[in-house]
Amino acid sequence: MVEFLTSTVGLSGWLAWTIAAVVSAVLVLNVIAGGALAFIWAERKVSARIQDRLGPTRTGGRFGWLQSVADGIKLLAKEDLMPQGADGLLFRLAPYVSFCASFCAFIALPFAFDVVGQRLNVAVFFVVAVLGLEVFGVILAGYASASKWSLFGAMREAAQVVSYEVPLGMCVVVPVMIAGTMDMVTIAEKQAGWFWNWYIFHDPFTFVIFWVYVTCAVASVNRAPFDLAEAESELVAGFHTEYSGLRWSYFFMAEYGSMFLVSAMAAVLFLGGWNGPVPLASLAGLSAGTGDTAPYVVRLLGLANLVAKASLGVIVMMWIRWTLPRLRIDQVMATCLKYCTPIAAVMFAGAMLWKIALPGGLVPGLSRPGGEIREGWLPGPGGAAIPGESTRDGSLARVTP
Amino acid sequence: MTPALAALVPLFGLVTEPVSLAHYLVVGAILFAAGVACMAIKRNALGVLMGIELVLNGANVNFVAFASPFLAGDRARSLGLDGQAIAIFVILLAAAEAAVALAITLNFYNNHATVDVDRADDLKG
Amino acid sequence: MTPTLIADVSGVALPVAAINWHALFFLLFAGIACGFAVAVVAADNVVRMALYLVLSLAATAGLFLLAGAEFLGAMQLMIYVGGTLVLLVFGVMLTAQGPLVTLASAGGDRALAGVVGAALLGMLVLAGLSVPAWRQPASGAVVEPAAAPLGMALVGVRVDDPTANAPAGVRPGYLLPFEIVSVHLLVVLVGAAYLARAKRRKTPRAIEVAASVEPPAAVAEHAAIGRDAALRTGSVLSGGPA
Repeated sequence: MVEFLTSTVGLSGWLAWTIAAVVSAVLVLNVIAGGALAFIWAERKVSARIQDRLGPTRTGGRFGWLQSVADGIKLLAKEDLMPQGADGLLFRLAPYVSFCASFCAFIALPFAFDVVGQRLNVAVFFVVAVLGLEVFGVILAGYASASKWSLFGAMREAAQVVSYEVPLGMCVVVPVMIAGTMDMVTIAEKQAGWFWNWYIFHDPFTFVIFWVYVTCAVASVNRAPFDLAEAESELVAGFHTEYSGLRWSYFFMAEYGSMFLVSAMAAVLFLGGWNGPVPLASLAGLSAGTGDTAPYVVRLLGLANLVAKASLGVIVMMWIRWTLPRLRIDQVMATCLKYCTPIAAVMFAGAMLWKIALPGGLVPGLSRPGGEIREGWLPGPGGAAIPGESTRDGSLARVTP
Repeated sequence: MTPALAALVPLFGLVTEPVSLAHYLVVGAILFAAGVACMAIKRNALGVLMGIELVLNGANVNFVAFASPFLAGDRARSLGLDGQAIAIFVILLAAAEAAVALAITLNFYNNHATVDVDRADDLKG
Repeated sequence: MTPTLIADVSGVALPVAAINWHALFFLLFAGIACGFAVAVVAADNVVRMALYLVLSLAATAGLFLLAGAEFLGAMQLMIYVGGTLVLLVFGVMLTAQGPLVTLASAGGDRALAGVVGAALLGMLVLAGLSVPAWRQPASGAVVEPAAAPLGMALVGVRVDDPTANAPAGVRPGYLLPFEIVSVHLLVVLVGAAYLARAKRRKTPRAIEVAASVEPPAAVAEHAAIGRDAALRTGSVLSGGPA
């Protein structure tokens, strides 16, 4: 975009960079906000159907399309309350801390090949790290509300999120190990082709790890059955008891943003990212590198694929929420420490042994032909090894200094 | 208005010229001094612990600055990987030390119902 | 990046050049980090101190990312801010009850510490600015950050910069410190869990000591405070009565 602005529109360098940055940030913000709108409606419809009723059918036509907009207007018009004993600065700051943590993680998430805010070499690590910062908003909200329900809810949620970071990290390491890099663009690129190239079908250990990842991700974003931090039947509303109106909607958007993010991560790491089950683009002869309109078509297809997979993940989370009963805090901790962590560790060891023993896969002919992208090593001066990164056509090139 | 603008002109250099290694060292120094002052001033044991974290972070900023080949400029070589590895170990050890210090503080709180370090004078002669 | 003249305001030539984004973001992150570090020293409320420390260390992670240490920046966010500081905030929440939230130091102590801190800061800044080679503007190679050499070094194989002062293949890796730190973390985990376990004492020792020297009227009040403190530490997670 910067080249377009400088060459075609003729803006000076710094103005072009500023505009490009602002446009990217606004796009990501709209992904979260638009996604929240869509998922609010989807949640009400999904929950309604599971409970054998219809859900919103009046606002905006037969399917209640404008229900989210109506909810937004209602939240904006609510009275802005703050409890008397609350710490003013912390109470006001908490929703923004949560929302910023959720928003920053989208910087490193790729939506199609090279359609990414910032292509980080440690993208997976960065996303998992920033997701863990959401807990500060929760703790601040719980403390600053000067209410025992809020404080207990916040402490439970903080303990839960921090505990589940351990198995989440171990689950995430398995596709990183199989791909050989933490760069999410590369990880998804290595799963190009037909659906049997996806890492979920790479080996049985990765298959199991995917389901452990789903469990840990649901616990990380505090969705049922792990949502006792905001359980209405126990703690009124947990850490956001005293929040109403627009402040509450920030927490809400952070939660839906995080749900979309972990689903998109699952899609990138395990389900092939922006590659569909059938490689339509390469079958049609389009390539992401050459031509005038072909790159845009390919990237648009990729974007649609990724958003569809992530939305499917979010709807599955909603489905789980309205089907399973809630877990107690001791059951939540037991699931994390006694089940998820050991299973993740054993599966990680198994995946590592599989990769060593069967590098070509179980059926060698099925693996992706040619173009093995990896971070490898080139012979350097004096017999030492220097890092190299393979290009799209399969050759190994030096990492550009 | 003209003299005021003229006085501001050198400040534009701050955002137009690239920063040097010395800038990072100054930031590290400020963090370090703030940490030392925090350790000295605070009566809350957790405040002292926060001072320790600031001190370690100041040192880490220095290590990372020396490890960056971009900031090395005209110097022959930066610390490179060694600086980043040392910073990694500093982070790990800081986490371990914070855990132990917090355990001690909680133990003290369980026994004395306070975290005021001025009240920790049982062994005073 | 020579400054070009694009504005001439009432006779003063403003050298509004291309903005050096690295410098701009460095100023932003450095300002946040230093500002909130000073705020930690200046604040009295321990919960606000914790918040300011979180913001300061998160800005430091931004500084690491700017200096090209991507892995270290992400590690700072995950382990330092997301782990150590969460631990610290837990400790703050468990002990921030009533009068313990704001413990102000005496004025004389603060003044003395301010003088010592300022002297230390002056000495460090002078030392940092003393070497001319360190004051050259950053113009080194912009290396694409990669975590692979760091990972290889932690396993013991050095693959970076073969022109180092040691022969190729002989530069020491970091395998031994890596293993030592792993065992160290395990030992610390076990030790801290043991130290901070909820003990089955009836009344804290301070109450027994107080009971022997204080008049009986105050004992009941002190016992109540002690019991509350002892119960609270063990029962927050299970949601017991506050």
